[in-house]
Amino acid sequence: MSERLSRRKLIATGVVAAAGASGLGIAARLADRYGLIPPDDGGIYGVGETMTYAAQRVLVSRHALAREYTRSDISKIAPIKGAAPEDETYQRLLAGGFRDWRLKIDGLVARPSFFSLAELKRFPSESHVFHQACEEGWSFIAEWIGVPLSYVLNLVGVRPQAKYVVFFGFDTNFEAADKQTIKGKWNSIDMADAWHRQTLLAYGMNGQEFLPAGHGAPLRVRIPRQLGGKSTKYLSWITVTDTVKDIGKGFGAGGTERGFSWYAGI
Amino acid sequence: MAEIAYLAGLAIRGSDSLDSPRHSAVVRITHWITTVSFFGLLVSGIAILIAHPRLYWGETGGVGTPSLIDLPIPFMIGHSGWGRYLHFLSAWISVLTGLVYAPFGLLSHHFGKNLLPARADLAWSRVARIVWNDLRWRRPTEEESLTYNAVQRLAYLAVVFVLFPLIILTGLAMSPAIASVVPLLRSGFGGQQSARTIHFFVAVALVLFLCVHIAMVCLAGFAGRVRAMITGYSGARKECS
Repeated sequence: MSERLSRRKLIATGVVAAAGASGLGIAARLADRYGLIPPDDGGIYGVGETMTYAAQRVLVSRHALAREYTRSDISKIAPIKGAAPEDETYQRLLAGGFRDWRLKIDGLVARPSFFSLAELKRFPSESHVFHQACEEGWSFIAEWIGVPLSYVLNLVGVRPQAKYVVFFGFDTNFEAADKQTIKGKWNSIDMADAWHRQTLLAYGMNGQEFLPAGHGAPLRVRIPRQLGGKSTKYLSWITVTDTVKDIGKGFGAGGTERGFSWYAGI
Repeated sequence: MAEIAYLAGLAIRGSDSLDSPRHSAVVRITHWITTVSFFGLLVSGIAILIAHPRLYWGETGGVGTPSLIDLPIPFMIGHSGWGRYLHFLSAWISVLTGLVYAPFGLLSHHFGKNLLPARADLAWSRVARIVWNDLRWRRPTEEESLTYNAVQRLAYLAVVFVLFPLIILTGLAMSPAIASVVPLLRSGFGGQQSARTIHFFVAVALVLFLCVHIAMVCLAGFAGRVRAMITGYSGARKECS
């Protein structure tokens, strides 16, 4: 009796284990296909990251809007994390009011382009008052003025294979010939956040048509549904790609190479 | 040693009630998974907190703005990277464990039978007597240690149905992505910084619970209680059967 029971138990356990294993295999393949696997999916921490990212991409509507505050909510102090780039190129552009600055957009786009600050300011301008939290714990509310990233992406014509939009600032060695040697505060977002209508290429802040140097002049991205660290400052180059594996160490962000999770919608 | 001898005696004398396990397998397994993931959450939570050990109320807060509490800890950045990775991994393990434990607790009547106190036991005099006995470190009798008393039941209910849900919800309220879908979650707690502050105090409450929990386990006989939570039986079961 007990032998038969234990054998039945054993078979049942085997069937459940096999179903579980193949279920996991299928789930992993589906997750990859629908873009539910973050670039930092390796190791034991990658398991938690993948669950967070996949759960949010499945459960959180891609169109859900971050709360818009009123101008009276704007914080008196907008703390700055990290200093403006000190390299000569940046300092020269800053001194010249960024007249010679160009934003390069290339990669999986129909029309690779350069945009001057004046051109970006001629595009439809939007103003949003967002809450922004740093992963350290502090937060502030500020108004950001700029052009929706989606508008610029439509202009250059994103190819259907695109999976990520990558941002390089002056504090990265963005001119590196080999993308794998790129270091610094570069970052990337998936197409859900790239096309999100509140994702902004911001050139102004708190009522002013320019960014203070510490807040990312001349241009930064603002991704209101992620922690502030994702909103790359001092933009110089945006590239659209189907993989981030060939950039730096392949984790999708310079910060992730230094131990911070890639997805910051937490 | 004295504890073990004491519990062995209990096991033989109370053999009838020891035929069924003191804790069911689901309770035992979820208890230990929660133990491990709780320590993961605690250690990583401290790693995240020390990057900015100030607490605020409302939506915003930072250096230069008035704080609610300045914790007497220096600002130490550089640990919140691994801290966040470990925090969310442990949180997922805790939540998934809870998703097994909670339906089990309902369906198996674990909550009703083991955690819900009888109305008569909630009389102030009885509750006061339990607390008084614990405070003067009086060991529970063998009969008393076969079930939870009213104070234990209330403490466990508070942890399972108040503190755990509250710490999960305040955690979610801090997420900018979740707040975009459920704005009420964040505004309901009074803002992102308020949610962070409540999250901290619920964590403190859970740590206090843990301290009292361990003290009570020691009082009831550490080896026997831990054995009961591992094997289901506090004494030497073989002698009974």
